[in-house]
Amino acid sequence: MSTAGTVHDFDVVIIGGGLHGCSAAYHLAQAKLKPVVLEKHVVARHASSASAGGVRRLGRDPAEIPLAVASIEMWHSMRDMLGDDGEFRATGQVRVAENAAELQKCEERAARVRALGYDHEVVIDRKELRRLVPQVAEHCVGGLHTARDGYAFPFKATTAFRLKAEELGAVVKEGTKVEAIERSGERWVVRTNHGQFRAPVLVNAAGAWGAEIARMVGDDPVEEPVALMMMVSGRMPHFLDPTVGCMGRKLSFKQMRAGTVVIGGGHVGTVDRETELTELDFRKLALSARTVSAVFPIMKDATLVRCWAGVEGFTPDDIPYIGPSKAAPNVFHSFGFCGHGFQLGPVVGSITAQLVTQGKTNLPIEPFRIDRFAGKDARVPAH
Amino acid sequence: MSGEIIDLAVIGAGPAGMAAATVAADLGLDVTVFDENPAPGGQIYRGIEAVATKRASDLAMLGPAYEAGKTIVSAFRASKAKHQPNTSVWLVQKDRQLGIASGGRASMVQARRILIASGAQERPVPIPGWTLPGVMLAGATQGLLKSAGMVPSGPVVLAGNGPLLYQLGAQLAAAGAKVTALLETEARYGAALQHLPGAIASGGYLAKGLGLISAIRKAGVPIRRNVTGLKAIGKDHVEAVEFAANGRAWRLDCEVLCLHQGVVSNAQLTLAIPAKHEWNEAQRCWRPVTDAWGNTDLEGIAVAGDCGGIGGAEAAAHAGRIAACEAARALGKIDAPQRDTRASGDRSAWERHLRIRPFLDALYPPSRAIAVPADDVTLCRCEEVTAGEVRAAVRQGGTGPNQVKSFTRTGMGPCQGRMCALTVSEVIADQLGKSMAEVGTYRVRFPIKPLTVGELASLE
Repeated sequence: MSTAGTVHDFDVVIIGGGLHGCSAAYHLAQAKLKPVVLEKHVVARHASSASAGGVRRLGRDPAEIPLAVASIEMWHSMRDMLGDDGEFRATGQVRVAENAAELQKCEERAARVRALGYDHEVVIDRKELRRLVPQVAEHCVGGLHTARDGYAFPFKATTAFRLKAEELGAVVKEGTKVEAIERSGERWVVRTNHGQFRAPVLVNAAGAWGAEIARMVGDDPVEEPVALMMMVSGRMPHFLDPTVGCMGRKLSFKQMRAGTVVIGGGHVGTVDRETELTELDFRKLALSARTVSAVFPIMKDATLVRCWAGVEGFTPDDIPYIGPSKAAPNVFHSFGFCGHGFQLGPVVGSITAQLVTQGKTNLPIEPFRIDRFAGKDARVPAH
Repeated sequence: MSGEIIDLAVIGAGPAGMAAATVAADLGLDVTVFDENPAPGGQIYRGIEAVATKRASDLAMLGPAYEAGKTIVSAFRASKAKHQPNTSVWLVQKDRQLGIASGGRASMVQARRILIASGAQERPVPIPGWTLPGVMLAGATQGLLKSAGMVPSGPVVLAGNGPLLYQLGAQLAAAGAKVTALLETEARYGAALQHLPGAIASGGYLAKGLGLISAIRKAGVPIRRNVTGLKAIGKDHVEAVEFAANGRAWRLDCEVLCLHQGVVSNAQLTLAIPAKHEWNEAQRCWRPVTDAWGNTDLEGIAVAGDCGGIGGAEAAAHAGRIAACEAARALGKIDAPQRDTRASGDRSAWERHLRIRPFLDALYPPSRAIAVPADDVTLCRCEEVTAGEVRAAVRQGGTGPNQVKSFTRTGMGPCQGRMCALTVSEVIADQLGKSMAEVGTYRVRFPIKPLTVGELASLE
């Protein structure tokens, strides 16, 4: 173990050992650079292991669609890329309309996505909904479907990027907490509890702690940590392939291969910033249980064996920060994914590597700029 | 129930919970005991009222330590404490709200104080073949004797160590079971010897233990010492047990194999809240950190009995009464000097009962070879994960039980980690050359009792 005074030189210092940090490390190492990932706890400690693992283009903010569309191709070729697919299964995603008004919204949404030049969101009728989701409740009238979406195992996907990055020469330092960031000549010096890490380039992939890191280099984004709650049932006989959400209510619902059913959807608990521990709010989870019972009557007698929450960074407009610092040279941000950064992990790591090596990217990242709330009284809405 | 605030919520109707509730009610507190069983008694006095009234002839077989429960149950029944049987407590929050479930519905209860008396659980005994039908933990076998008078019909072998194993041996012999052998894994008389004065001062424990051993011998059950390499053999059901003793290999046919490596604190609830815990090296389990009155580091939440450290049923009852006095003080029914006076008899008795523990802990340590099993042994029964898979996850960078859980799914099944937490941490600690205190344990999450989607949906 290095002492506090030791200096380590790298090409890039990446702060944050979640999916985004590990993906950036992989893409940078692939570009023949030598990155180091500094992780204050352990790899995938927060959102990257607590996430429900949805690999979803369905329902994305228009700004995110080009990225999500590029990323899905990477998910489909992940085994070739990393030698491991993170247990990605392309079982599709469905968003259920529970009444005619919601079905109308599905039509409007699909039209809007088509107008942007994409055709992955397809409206399905009652019959097709039942074919895809046989156990859906009687009252549901149709929905939206994206066939090539699916889900993966967040911890395994993150680990797959990490291991491949390490194989290509990246270094991962766990238990290494950033204490200060300084500029020394043309290089960044990152002081930690385990020595100093020096590199010409800095990548901020610190998740819910991304704004804190950004402020260390002079940017001032708006971000709040939010604890997204999830529940999982015991094993049930196989009844569902796609991941299911609702048009009108908070729900994310999927049956894993093992038979367990993972239920999320954006109900939030509380985060203790000091201990980084989360507390659950069972009255909100009760709402979630009512939604599940209403949409999937088969679940009424299912036993919940565990509930948990993961800490994720949220922004005022519900889309992340991606791209260069506006305050300091050679700093690139990639954080604040608002609970839907998992699918984007592969492509955003590649965007970051392009920015580092070529100074530009071929994907539109302007909407994600770090200073978009500068001078505005922007707040993260209550969840 | 909504809107009503109870003074003291007691979780568990074993000796600690019943004794605490009896005293607290006597001191003027509004007390409710929540318990998942249909009748009071806990594990130790399971079914005592029914046995005493409907199966009185079984009392002799179950022994005087069991019959002692009659007094404590009847005092509890006679008190003003409320009893909510068939009720699981699936949530305890720092703000002292409890989530309970009963009759298919879930609700929340607000208490001014909470006393957790969730008792002990058996230490897992992960030997090769331990997942075969017919292989049981000793406490589960004993539970069937108490609740239903169920006696195994075919040949039974008992293996492991600890007082409960001998008690079960004596009970099974008295019940007419065909006990082929008692296989003792470890008994360190040398190490225990220094604690002998305490053991003697503790009261009748040594005589009781010797009495159990002589009852087993009188019944013609051979006791084999220094048994190693225990293995349950069978295809669809256990058929035999293999082991080494006296420098040779043995095989004994059996239809039931009862395993035991002592009991550990059931700290699932306090870990989940979470209260502050420490690793208890002597008892090799986690326990909540408490003061002399059972208070945890969380305001208004205390523990009593085996869930705060193994002391046995009698110590648990005294600890319950001590905690009840403290609850009455904290809620303003008595002052500190009154509390001290009222609790003094229980405190000295409690301390006396605990004096046997260093002797027993030293005499019957869990076997290292069982606590840290070979690669092919299943650790997590729910998700069928082996020790080898846990070691592979550690080699891939897993530094603690929560990461290993993400890698392998250990602890994610219906038992919620109860049956694998200790073994998983022991295997990781062993591989990394770290202490258990450094490695830690799973982050336990609510609901800590299985709750159906329908039950949770009913919560308002």
